[in-house]
Amino acid sequence: MSTIEKAPAKGKTDKKPAVTNISGSVAVLEAFLAEGVSTIFGYPGGAIMPIYDALYDYQEKLHHILVRHEQGATHAAQGYARSSGEVGVVFATSGPGATNLVTGLADAMIDSTPLVCVTGQVFAHLLGTDAFQETDVINITTPVTKWNYQVTDATEIPAVLAKAFYIARSGRPGPVLIDITKNAQIQKFDYEGYTRCDHVRSYRPAPIVRKEYVAEAAKLINEAQKPFVIFGQGVILGKAEQEFIKFIEKAGIPAAWTVMGLSAIPSDHPLNVGMLGMHGNYGPNVLTNECDVLIAIGMRFDDRVTGRLDKYAKQAKVIHLDIDPAEVDKNVKTTVPVWGDCKETLPMLTALVEQKVYPQWLQKFKDMMKEEEEACINPELNPTTEAMTMGEVIKTLNELTGGDAIIVTDVGQHQMVACRYAKFINSKSNITSGGLGTMGFGLPAAIGAKVGAPKRTTVAIIGDGGFQMTLQELGTIMQTEIDVKILILNNQFLGMVRQWQQLFNDKRYSFVDIASPNFVTLASAYKIPGQSISKREDLKNALTEMLNTKGAYLLEVMVGKENNVFPMVPQGCSVAEIRLK
Amino acid sequence: MKQEFTVTVYTENQIGLLNRIAIMFSRRKINIESLNTSPSEIEGIHRFTIVINEVEEVVKKLARQIEKQVEVLKAYYNTNDEIVWQELALYKVPTDEIAEKVKVERLLREYGARAVVIRKDYTVFETTGQREEINKLIAVLEPYGLIEFVRSARVAIIKASSGFHSKLKEFEKKEPGEDVIENEYLGKGDQVFTM
Repeated sequence: MSTIEKAPAKGKTDKKPAVTNISGSVAVLEAFLAEGVSTIFGYPGGAIMPIYDALYDYQEKLHHILVRHEQGATHAAQGYARSSGEVGVVFATSGPGATNLVTGLADAMIDSTPLVCVTGQVFAHLLGTDAFQETDVINITTPVTKWNYQVTDATEIPAVLAKAFYIARSGRPGPVLIDITKNAQIQKFDYEGYTRCDHVRSYRPAPIVRKEYVAEAAKLINEAQKPFVIFGQGVILGKAEQEFIKFIEKAGIPAAWTVMGLSAIPSDHPLNVGMLGMHGNYGPNVLTNECDVLIAIGMRFDDRVTGRLDKYAKQAKVIHLDIDPAEVDKNVKTTVPVWGDCKETLPMLTALVEQKVYPQWLQKFKDMMKEEEEACINPELNPTTEAMTMGEVIKTLNELTGGDAIIVTDVGQHQMVACRYAKFINSKSNITSGGLGTMGFGLPAAIGAKVGAPKRTTVAIIGDGGFQMTLQELGTIMQTEIDVKILILNNQFLGMVRQWQQLFNDKRYSFVDIASPNFVTLASAYKIPGQSISKREDLKNALTEMLNTKGAYLLEVMVGKENNVFPMVPQGCSVAEIRLK
Repeated sequence: MKQEFTVTVYTENQIGLLNRIAIMFSRRKINIESLNTSPSEIEGIHRFTIVINEVEEVVKKLARQIEKQVEVLKAYYNTNDEIVWQELALYKVPTDEIAEKVKVERLLREYGARAVVIRKDYTVFETTGQREEINKLIAVLEPYGLIEFVRSARVAIIKASSGFHSKLKEFEKKEPGEDVIENEYLGKGDQVFTM
């Protein structure tokens, strides 16, 4: 069935593109098709009904996934964007539908995830009248969007959506929200086809690469005795994983990752020395304050990575590769800024650096890893306690998946443990809420991640607290039959806060003792099979059953109630003051 | 040390942009002392002139964050030495008081003020200048019953600027030239790389 009705032929239109008379709603969906969108996460409502009505005729081409809450739609779209590398698309209605997007937008903004969210809005003539389900969504979302725009006239829709997709995916990606009043959705107009946007005069996605900076950076690297690479999600967003590996391999430089950069290079790469930051590895943290040249690639020196800034890498010359000029010098003073897309700058740098190895320097990382293994890693992965640890669950999962799965995590202790111990062989495999730390991210993000990479095993590792924040999305999993493996690591506490209360508030456990429902029964209400285990001897079989079950599965593993994540850089301390216990 | 900075922002003319820019200050708890939006030397391009009291390091970062906004073309920041700036003020005073007690002509000359409206019941003076000059006239008029006073936001011209025309041409190209990508490191490699 044709969804676009042909306009009556007008006189001499030979030279002009074919003009059709369509509604604003159809124009939205045509824009999606032209942008290669295949999946929409959304929830209908009054003010977006015309778009949903048009969608009825596009069901074959545009797969709409009905979520259970609009926040779930944004996180699912984030998971989709992160596993597929494409733009995640969301529909929501006005008022409460739109305000429910805010957490996901904020999360996507701080973690640079490309989203295009389309919200319905009341009729243009009702704007500002406190109409039913009217809210000022543009102003509410301004600080948490890369760009937003309100459409009140259907003729604007093709160009505005073209701009929205261009802005969302180009440069440093981010969320874009387009608010469309109901009259514009209904309004018919002469549609001349869709032109993708590739330039906005007031917007520069990437700064021009300056060769002299690259040369200066190469010079510093070639002169270095103890160079150290730290990298973030920029490598993944820039699709520059291969360029990155070539660079560190030629220059022979040890590389450590931020939580957002995890999985950009395989876990077992000889130059991968581990995780940075508050719960990162011992060596990378301590040696940040010992290296002589610190090369930061596609990362933004978040406070969870740097610890106390005035004691961070003060001895080092800093080279910062970033696509966003505003990141240079924002937190850490840079010696040489290499502005640009690292897909472009890394090969230039690789060409200029000398082939080198730093065996003694690399040995230092290995020695410190040994220390950490004895103090933290072995007790976590091979515990002698009766209660299970989160680490051993992850370790067993690694053995079963071979590091091939997409690991989606929520926020808290389990997130840090998963990031520390999960093994990866493919990029775009670690999906987590890094910057915003959004509890409740995991389950909906896993839905999106699976849809974005349907052939890959997707495991959502979630705590008992975070799971209860967005568990309504079990309904989405049930209805859409999404093959997500849900692994709840239940310590019967809001564990991360409890750990802080134990360490810094004299064990005053203030409101961290959280009760949970029977998760297995809950899942079964949604027709999702599952089981709960608390004994070590059941772990491997339970995980195997989870992975082998066709379709979604929920496995709850009861772990030690008061286990802590170590090492830890206490807040306000320098990275060199990292504690092993 | 905190000092007065004037931030000049060249932007597209779009609804909502004022909010987008204003919240970048409020998010960092920086008070905007004065804010003016107006057309610029180029049709269709707007110009924000924003005055704040801050340390240079903060202003520098803020200017970059502002420039990052999609509809912002360019953000500059300048100290008072680097700009020519003016504010405009209006003063409403009772005409009979002024006529009787103050020699109006002398007043106008001394403070560079002029009478905009003279009615039986009130007179409106206008003066253009910098903060101190405007404040001085308030002090003079207050004893005579200043009925209303209003001062405009600052408008400022950057002394070193050669205008935005050539830059806009670069912005309109798909691959803008280096002129547009200017930054504090540009052409100062020696200084930068030795720190």
